Amino acid sequence: MATTAATPVAPARTNRTKPTPRRRHGTAGALFIAPFMALFLLLFLAPLGYAAYLSLFQEKLIGGSTFVGLDNYITALKDPLLLKGIGRVALFFVIQVPVMLLLALCFALALDSGLLRLARVIRLGIFVPYAVPSVIATLMWGYLYGPDFGPFAQISHDLHLPAPHFLSDSWMLGSLANIVTWEFVGYNMIILYAALRTIPAELYEAAAMDGAGAWRIAWSIKLPALRPALTLTLLFSVIGSFQLFNEPNLLMKVAPDVITSSYTANLYAYSVAFISQQTNYAATVSFILGLVIVIVSYAFLLTANRRRTA
Amino acid sequence: MTTVTPPAATTSTAKRLPAETRSPRRSSVHRRSTPLTIAMLAVLAYFLLPLFWLLIASTKSTQDLFNSFGLWFSHAPRLLSNIKATFTQDDGVFGRWLLNTALYAGASALGAALLAAAAGYGFAKYRFRGHGAAFNLVLGAIMIPTTALAIPTYLLFAKAGLVNTPWAVILPSLISPFGLYLMRIYAEDAVPDSLVEAARMDGAGELRIFLTIGLRLLAPGLVTVILFTLVATWNNYFLPLIMLNDPDLYPITVGLSRWADQAQNGGAGASSDMLALVVTGSLISIVPLVLAFLMLQRYWQSGLATGGVKQ
Repeated sequence: MATTAATPVAPARTNRTKPTPRRRHGTAGALFIAPFMALFLLLFLAPLGYAAYLSLFQEKLIGGSTFVGLDNYITALKDPLLLKGIGRVALFFVIQVPVMLLLALCFALALDSGLLRLARVIRLGIFVPYAVPSVIATLMWGYLYGPDFGPFAQISHDLHLPAPHFLSDSWMLGSLANIVTWEFVGYNMIILYAALRTIPAELYEAAAMDGAGAWRIAWSIKLPALRPALTLTLLFSVIGSFQLFNEPNLLMKVAPDVITSSYTANLYAYSVAFISQQTNYAATVSFILGLVIVIVSYAFLLTANRRRTA
Repeated sequence: MTTVTPPAATTSTAKRLPAETRSPRRSSVHRRSTPLTIAMLAVLAYFLLPLFWLLIASTKSTQDLFNSFGLWFSHAPRLLSNIKATFTQDDGVFGRWLLNTALYAGASALGAALLAAAAGYGFAKYRFRGHGAAFNLVLGAIMIPTTALAIPTYLLFAKAGLVNTPWAVILPSLISPFGLYLMRIYAEDAVPDSLVEAARMDGAGELRIFLTIGLRLLAPGLVTVILFTLVATWNNYFLPLIMLNDPDLYPITVGLSRWADQAQNGGAGASSDMLALVVTGSLISIVPLVLAFLMLQRYWQSGLATGGVKQ
């Protein structure tokens, strides 16, 4: 890999018939970013463009691939399965993300307060699920949720209580939210905690001098300082929730009656592409999903920026 | 650096405190809060519960998984025979999956980190035509969901004949827009312009400056990017799921989910021990990453601090 990073710079070195020094450095800079940009164009922009291109065609029985303009988009925007899938992840996002980020914030503030014993152990313990693949996290929780043999069902059985139906239709979204929260609270907490640690101690001293209590300090110093970090975690959460796939795809095997192949938008894109093999429509669905995510992310970034400058 | 406004300036009317009052952070060292600690230990229990279950479960046979209490050991611990069975099932394909995962994740992480470091350094230390436009393009790409890209990438790769090869998994993981963003802000702080200038005076070429000075100063940031790309690729499921259909090429995640399917379709009976293998395999596959995180904490925490504070 070192060679890919190294080769493009070589011409700049040999080219000693100096132009202005600034320009020479400028070329070197462009060459440092060239390998990244080349792969970026190839692996990010090319698939995106290809998806856009494919979405304008339809595979017809006679005549093969035909240009149909925006027909696929019109079909998609009227497709109840897609709309329901997007609606479901939107609902998931609206509930799960605030809960997760609020918990992450509370944990980060608690860790930063210096009031905790065993702070290191607690911090690492909450973070550890991030290192667990979502496939394994889902398998574990799927078993724990089990209506017959999961420990929660076992305990309720011993207590002669009705077992909780974690995998039923009405609980499923919550059960999924629990898995995702379990996986990512620690990650978000660490980002926020790391941001808190960079606040200079003099600020706290000055605030204490002025009579600010712990709550006042948290509200007036810590929260404003956390804004960039919160924006970052929120951005990642938007992206994550709208492309929810692994957890529902795996729980689908446990609860096939509840999770259908269009349960989330991304699951739907997958099944259109690989089960019903409608390449063009799958490209359209991917493209729309990507667009939804970009729009929601931008909306959040704009509001965050506006508040900061206001 | 941050957007903090010193509250001292805004609340100037506040009373003066007695001189012996220490800063909150220092005084709190002596006043630990027991209720808060207990609450956080309860939180910790929630996060460790599934892992505790996994540890217990991997000592059980499939039958015991169903017949004994989930959160405690059964009478016949058999962790070692489970591990042995996991590695011998299907002609030892599990070991192969582990190697595949290590290869995919290792190659992607190293490649992505080096690409991001070179580009981040380039953006931080040089100005060139299209500088701003190129960076904004990549920054915008942070928002493009990988799964929206995955299906078109699959279609492109199918045309190029790359599907069902390791490249199909490694190539898309080489580009980390967030890694580039982190490396750029890291390089701005960690590599002083004066040092680069001094090296130029001594006649060092730009590449040599990067390799001998830049990379060394960027090392902590580099570790962060390596670690996070490593986790992302190690845990990746969607991409290998669609790209690969040869079980010999599967990473752990896809392999285990296939085993889980088999366990679902008849693992509940006494005859199949599939579920025990899934559980034990899960335990084995999370150990390396958890260890990596524990050993490299210093790095990833400082790296994340950089990413979260500046924007």
